[in-house]
Amino acid sequence: MPDNSNSNDGTKKPDLPPGLQSSSGENGSEDDSGGDDTKKPAGPPGAKKPSGPPSSSSGESETQNAKKPAMPPGFSGDGGPGADDGTLSRSDFQSDQDVRWCPGCGDYAILSTVQRLLPDLGVPKENFVFISGIGCSGRFPYYMDTYGMHSIHGRPPAIATGLKTSRPELDVWIVTGDGDALSIGGNHLIHVLRRNVDMQMLLFNNEIYGLTKGQYSPTSEQGKVTKSTPHGSLDRPFNPAAVALGADGAFVARSMDRDTQHMKRMMRRAHEHEGASFLEIYQNCHIFNDGAFAEFTDKDTQPERALFLEDGEPMTFDEGKKGLRLDGLSLETIDLENGRWSEDDCAVHEESNREKAHLLARIFGGSELPRPFGVIYREERPCYEDLVTEQLEAVTEERGEGDLEALLHDADTWTIG
Amino acid sequence: MPQIDTPTQTIPDATVLFAGDSGDGMQLTGSQFTLAAAYAQNDLSTLPDFPAEIRAPAGTTYGVSAFQLHFGSVDVRTPGDDADLLVAMNPAAVEVHLDRVRRGGHVLINTDAFTERSFDLADLDADPREDGTLDDYDVIEVPLTTLTREALAEFDLDKAAKGRCKNMFALGLTLWRYARPVEPAIEWLSEKFADQPEIRKANVRALKKGLHYGETTEQFAARYEVEPASLDEGTYRAIRGAEALALGLITASRKSGLQLFYGSYPITPASDILHELSKHKNFDVATFQAEDEIAAAGSALGASFGGNLGVCATSGPGIALKTETIGLAVMTELPMVIVNMQRGGPSTGLPTKPEQGDLMQALYGRNGDAPLPVVAAASPGDCFRAAYDASRIATKYMTPVIVLADNYLSSGSEPWKIPDLDELPPFEVDFAEEPNHQNGEAAFLPYLRDDDGTRPWAKPGTLDLEHRVGGLEKEYGTGDVSYDPDNHQRMTRVRADKIDSVRQEIPPTEIYGADEGELLVVSWGSTRGAVRTAVDRARKDGLAVGSAHLRHLHPLPADLEGALDRFDRYLVPEMNDGQLVRVLRAEYLRDFQPLGKVQGQPFTANEIQGGIEETLASA
Repeated sequence: MPDNSNSNDGTKKPDLPPGLQSSSGENGSEDDSGGDDTKKPAGPPGAKKPSGPPSSSSGESETQNAKKPAMPPGFSGDGGPGADDGTLSRSDFQSDQDVRWCPGCGDYAILSTVQRLLPDLGVPKENFVFISGIGCSGRFPYYMDTYGMHSIHGRPPAIATGLKTSRPELDVWIVTGDGDALSIGGNHLIHVLRRNVDMQMLLFNNEIYGLTKGQYSPTSEQGKVTKSTPHGSLDRPFNPAAVALGADGAFVARSMDRDTQHMKRMMRRAHEHEGASFLEIYQNCHIFNDGAFAEFTDKDTQPERALFLEDGEPMTFDEGKKGLRLDGLSLETIDLENGRWSEDDCAVHEESNREKAHLLARIFGGSELPRPFGVIYREERPCYEDLVTEQLEAVTEERGEGDLEALLHDADTWTIG
Repeated sequence: MPQIDTPTQTIPDATVLFAGDSGDGMQLTGSQFTLAAAYAQNDLSTLPDFPAEIRAPAGTTYGVSAFQLHFGSVDVRTPGDDADLLVAMNPAAVEVHLDRVRRGGHVLINTDAFTERSFDLADLDADPREDGTLDDYDVIEVPLTTLTREALAEFDLDKAAKGRCKNMFALGLTLWRYARPVEPAIEWLSEKFADQPEIRKANVRALKKGLHYGETTEQFAARYEVEPASLDEGTYRAIRGAEALALGLITASRKSGLQLFYGSYPITPASDILHELSKHKNFDVATFQAEDEIAAAGSALGASFGGNLGVCATSGPGIALKTETIGLAVMTELPMVIVNMQRGGPSTGLPTKPEQGDLMQALYGRNGDAPLPVVAAASPGDCFRAAYDASRIATKYMTPVIVLADNYLSSGSEPWKIPDLDELPPFEVDFAEEPNHQNGEAAFLPYLRDDDGTRPWAKPGTLDLEHRVGGLEKEYGTGDVSYDPDNHQRMTRVRADKIDSVRQEIPPTEIYGADEGELLVVSWGSTRGAVRTAVDRARKDGLAVGSAHLRHLHPLPADLEGALDRFDRYLVPEMNDGQLVRVLRAEYLRDFQPLGKVQGQPFTANEIQGGIEETLASA
């Protein structure tokens, strides 16, 4: 399968609003370490080992994550082998396989963010399992030095459900894409979310089929011109966060490949959450859909187009100059500088408020409202595998451990001879 | 009424067929008669035959539900070629099932249901009692509904509820006629309706009234006694295939120490396995009702990856959906057991009728060269060993294994000799615990193989054995992704050789009947009983006929070729349009003759006997 095609034909860039055409700006996020500059390739093709996300050699600080104490130097998982005391480091999670994603792919940043996060989680390395499906994201487990399965298209949630239900102590991660999770695997996605199987699902959304060389995906905007839709796609796109909420997902969050700090925080939050955690990551495919998320990720446009959610905080954006206000059952943008409105008028984000979560998740497509990033919704409810285990234990307690001889004879029997 | 002293004759065996509306409780009546026959230590074989609709319109021919039971003091291998007694609850039942009754046999009809209206519903032009239809049969007319209602006059139940007890009246009467014990049914009713005393009492009353009716009526010229069968020494119970399969899986789990994880999506006729297993959670059996067939297979494979016994069961259309996951299990070389309770196909086909149409699908129905072991159960009780052996082979050889059974085995029942657990083949599983390779430093290579060609099974959670599996081709030994042409050829062969080595698990092929001679019948699956009966009859006629019944369909037994050498001709009866016959022709380059039956009904011994005679006559 020649998945490394550098052919850049076939796909027109999406029509972006005026002023949003540029994708050459610096990463506008607070990420001071891993600024993925889309102009530069993320690493030479066939690099033996990725050095992490492009130009991410500088140290990473996690000052953003106020909820976690800053880790001492060397503990945040950046480079270098682990200390002799058995602590793990990023390199412990790098497999010896060549990373074969296209240079400049957003997947590099996601991979390195995961590899940097895992040492911090306090989980024995051998307990991590990564399960992926088909598509560019599907190769992820091969690059992780953990247990992993590169499974079949759309089915990772089913496989993960069997694994986690039978081995609850394992730390199961699903790596999937927009086609894998929302098209061929849509059924498994909604069911793993409603059941609330404890796992983290990283959905790499690049709004395109990359590995099959550029057909529109279920998240591509309507009218998309691709190889399979030379006259424009006709399908209305899926809104992944709204789908996840609609399926009663207990943890729904969104992040972006260009902001590794935010992504790492969101992955950590997803991991902390006990249950099915759905994390949509806007991921740039610079071969077939370059700049699909530029309006949210580029320095010039991000302030006005992206809103970073914080639990208990007013919803503000554009460096505090604007906010979102609840007008009845709708959200509207308010100007916090014209004297009419203040931060007190802004809606306050409550992660566990389902109604607000639905309003936030519905900000999509052509909405003029800023796109929310962060934990959109979170609710505590029992995990499926715990319920399964509890039921097995309860029945065993009630009846005693099964006696096989008795079971085989549990009918009217007769003896001859 | 005075008790009539009806004379009792002892007979070697009998076949009874209960037939009525889907709502008449015929399956229940049949299974209670089965229990009574088992209680009386008869050998037996049953054939439930019901429509796919849950409650088809009352009185129609397509709504007829039937249960055939053959019991005897002799060796009983089939549900009987011809019924000695048809209990018909309505005209539609007569219309559908009369041709299963032997000429001169008895037809007991519920006269209350023989009305103009019901002749219309059954699409009959006239009353079958009057148009000559029943001339060749001994008809016993009983107003079952009226008698049942009269018997229940004092009960505080509405008319319809009283009428519904008529199947118990019919059961009581039939039990009396064959002198089978009534106690098992009373016990069953007492348990079933423990919380509904009025219903319980009414059913027991109807049952007993049926019995008394037999004792007092003069309608029967004789009643029959069937003595206990002389089965091998041992402790027996009656068992259905679905139960036996579930018990085989639980036993495999216990003997191996692996947790049983059963992923399943409801489908007829495999759901009974799910129902059975879900009752036994105190045996560390996790059952998971998945969102679809694909997820059922995926969850089982996920559980296997986690070091458990991952199992799923389904029927033809479900297997089609599981195909890709089975291919992944072949590629990742993970154990998995997939049960196919075959039903009539293609597509939705005949959901409640048996067929053997999925053999090719089991053997070849995956993309790429993807061989896997295929095991077929031969009788309801044999489903136990098929499930046990499949589980053992799956984990020993790190491969998915398909178990083929069918609807006939799943819901049919027979006396089953409860196995001695210590006599089952040992079932031990060794998980990889440490690196298996030195390459400067200790490493774990997930695709290094043992002498059988099997790779190690390392559970996630095992220190230092982190590794990846997946659907992409693997480099020999390391398991790294490889697109190398020579490696793919090598790995294709390695996977096939591994499955071929399963041959060492196959016991010597038993040749039933003549050990050499004119004709060898080569068969598989649920046809065994009919084949053996036919072979017995052919030999009585002086023909040198033997039978090789295959439990393992891939790989085929090593000694089969030697057996073929001892016969001149070969006949391959199958409930399909010729599948095993093609495999055998390809494998052995001999002139195997097909005998196909694709009617949603099992073979009768007569049909196979006919095939044997015809094949030999054409010599």
